[in-house]
Amino acid sequence: MQHIIAIDGAYSSPPCGEAGDEFKAMEMGFTFEGLSCPVPLPDATLDRIVLGHGSGGRLSHDLIRRVFLPNLSNPSLCALNDGAVLALPDGDGRLVVCTDAHVVRPLFFPGGDIGRLAVCGTVNDLAMMGARPLWLTAAFVLEEGLPIETLQRVVRSMQAAAAEAGVQVVAGDTKVVERGSADGLFITTAGVGWVPAGVEISGANARAGDVVLISGTLGDHGIAVLSEREGLGFETELQSDVAPLHELVKAMLTAAPGAVHALRDPTRGGLATTLNEIARQSGVAIEIEERAIPLHPAVQSACEMLGFDPLYVANEGKLVACVAPEAAEIVLAAMRAHPYGRQAAAIGRVKEGPAGQVTLKTPIGGTRLLDMLAGEMLPRIC
Amino acid sequence: MKYVAEFRQPELIHKLAGEIRRTVTKPWTIMEICGGQTHAFMRFGLESLLPPEIELVHGPGCPVCVTPLELIDKAIAIASRPEVIFCSFGDMLRVPGSHADLFRVKAAGGDVRVVYSPLECLKIARQHPNREVVFFAIGFETTAPGNAMLVWQARQQGIRNFSMLVSHVRVPPAITAILSSPGNRVQGFLAAGHVCTVMGYWEYEPLAERFRVPIVVTGFEPVDLLQGLLRTVRQLEAGRHEVENAYERSVTREGNRPAQELIARVFEPCDRTWRGIGLIPDSGWRLRPEFAAFDAENRFPVGDIQTQESSVCISGLVLQGRKKPHECPAFGTSCTPAHPLGATMVSSEGACAAYYRYRRSL
Repeated sequence: MQHIIAIDGAYSSPPCGEAGDEFKAMEMGFTFEGLSCPVPLPDATLDRIVLGHGSGGRLSHDLIRRVFLPNLSNPSLCALNDGAVLALPDGDGRLVVCTDAHVVRPLFFPGGDIGRLAVCGTVNDLAMMGARPLWLTAAFVLEEGLPIETLQRVVRSMQAAAAEAGVQVVAGDTKVVERGSADGLFITTAGVGWVPAGVEISGANARAGDVVLISGTLGDHGIAVLSEREGLGFETELQSDVAPLHELVKAMLTAAPGAVHALRDPTRGGLATTLNEIARQSGVAIEIEERAIPLHPAVQSACEMLGFDPLYVANEGKLVACVAPEAAEIVLAAMRAHPYGRQAAAIGRVKEGPAGQVTLKTPIGGTRLLDMLAGEMLPRIC
Repeated sequence: MKYVAEFRQPELIHKLAGEIRRTVTKPWTIMEICGGQTHAFMRFGLESLLPPEIELVHGPGCPVCVTPLELIDKAIAIASRPEVIFCSFGDMLRVPGSHADLFRVKAAGGDVRVVYSPLECLKIARQHPNREVVFFAIGFETTAPGNAMLVWQARQQGIRNFSMLVSHVRVPPAITAILSSPGNRVQGFLAAGHVCTVMGYWEYEPLAERFRVPIVVTGFEPVDLLQGLLRTVRQLEAGRHEVENAYERSVTREGNRPAQELIARVFEPCDRTWRGIGLIPDSGWRLRPEFAAFDAENRFPVGDIQTQESSVCISGLVLQGRKKPHECPAFGTSCTPAHPLGATMVSSEGACAAYYRYRRSL
């Protein structure tokens, strides 16, 4: 049986696949490995975003053909209809849909950029539901004056991340706002994924006895972005960890089917906030061991210096899993065998206890509460 | 991590805690001055290792907590002005004034910026010659040299669109105030290691003598804290009252002379109101007359701002070590880090925030 879904907000335009276009495209040096968009490239005369790029008229179309279609090329996008018509995988399963807005300053940071972030953030939201990511849509809010070269770099990076994640950006939208109304560029991505029958993963499924696993070091993304933004000049090679995690999830689910109960990617608010969410949703208590938590020395130093707690700092390429105790070792080994899980570690346990309570065992055997982040994370005065 | 891991070794921590348990024969009330120390005690769960005879009370050593409400209201008034770029250390932004905090000023369109080093303000002032850059200079002796350097450099570089809202406070007069108060229960002090890194500990010798209390200069890592505590307990048990240095890798008796000289060139002592405590004579620093041009209180009309504290909040008693955070009727109910009534709940170093984050309902 074929399922059809349509997503509104696609790049709409008069049909662009006129007779002879394919031929022209070949002459212009396009290759047809897979599908490429049969559209002529407009003259690249403007080098910055102007309000007219958001008018819906010729300039909008130029921008779409110059930046988005060549980079994100796929048949659905290039059809330039109001929606992408897509066929779901055969077999029993369910759809997962999510959406995520991405704003980050600076747009480019060590280890990534807003484009890679926009793809990975949404792919990871799907992956945390145990879904195979299939399609993304992307809506761009561009600030007047943004160099088109910057946009090109971001969109190229999106495509590279999409290729790594095995997803297509099948529809998109662009709006331009006046200078000062946006911080260069905002990207909102929505994602559609497919959860095969039998996979039941949710933040509400953690059970007492489960082992809590983390896929690697904490706080890398937040500290990398912060030090770039504030020009803190740490003499270190610290990079954001932004990465798509669905393959890591797949490896975990394959290693022990049914054993992974809950998955979350600890983005804003960090590990502490994510554990609080899982504990509340599942109505359980969680206790973790401070000593077991992997930290990059540079992140630890930066946090000591600034008075941040790495357990509250954002990650963009990490996951937390609550796994049945008998399968924890197998799942951990599967994680460590994957490039994005090399430093995975077991950090604690899900327990019976006050629902929503997260506690931390300190290295000396003391116990303290680990609360959600309240408000903004603020550097300490001294 | 070098210079940190060594001071967090569980074996060493347990050994020191055991030594404290063996040394204690009667109850003692000891105050750690600095909010950073309060937090380390909580964060590492050190209190669970201490014998019941030792009661720790948490001192007024969080600069964010003791900054008077009036000054926060002045900061809010200045930051709300369209020509101003208001720069501050991060944790001041959430401190509630009478009606708002700096975050709300920012949300309402005020240009409020978090700086990581005071000297960033000069860069901002040079980048925006048509704006007035104001820095919220708060803190104990620890931050004073950096803030003094900021004004000094501003004068050297002829930067005119810069001024400072100063609320500096000093530790020794606070210790004097606590020990002189009729309800005082404190029998020994852990002095703040980073304050002493700048100031040395010669100033504490007359205090230890006059009030007959041991004062031990203490660092911030678990091993440092227990070491400081052990040496304080040994003195108390032996009936001694001396100033000892348990943070020798950072502190000398003289302290950092050039830093002290810079402070003395830029600031002069003044009376200062402490939030929740009230006026402590000679406990603050203000800009010297020759730097009056850099004083934000002279530059902006904020002289008539006068304010009342919350009637429920007992942060004053908490800051003096006379009450514990959880003894406040508002603690954890109408007062939480998300909706703080008093500064001790706001600052990441405040005693109430530490209790809330690490000890609530455990």
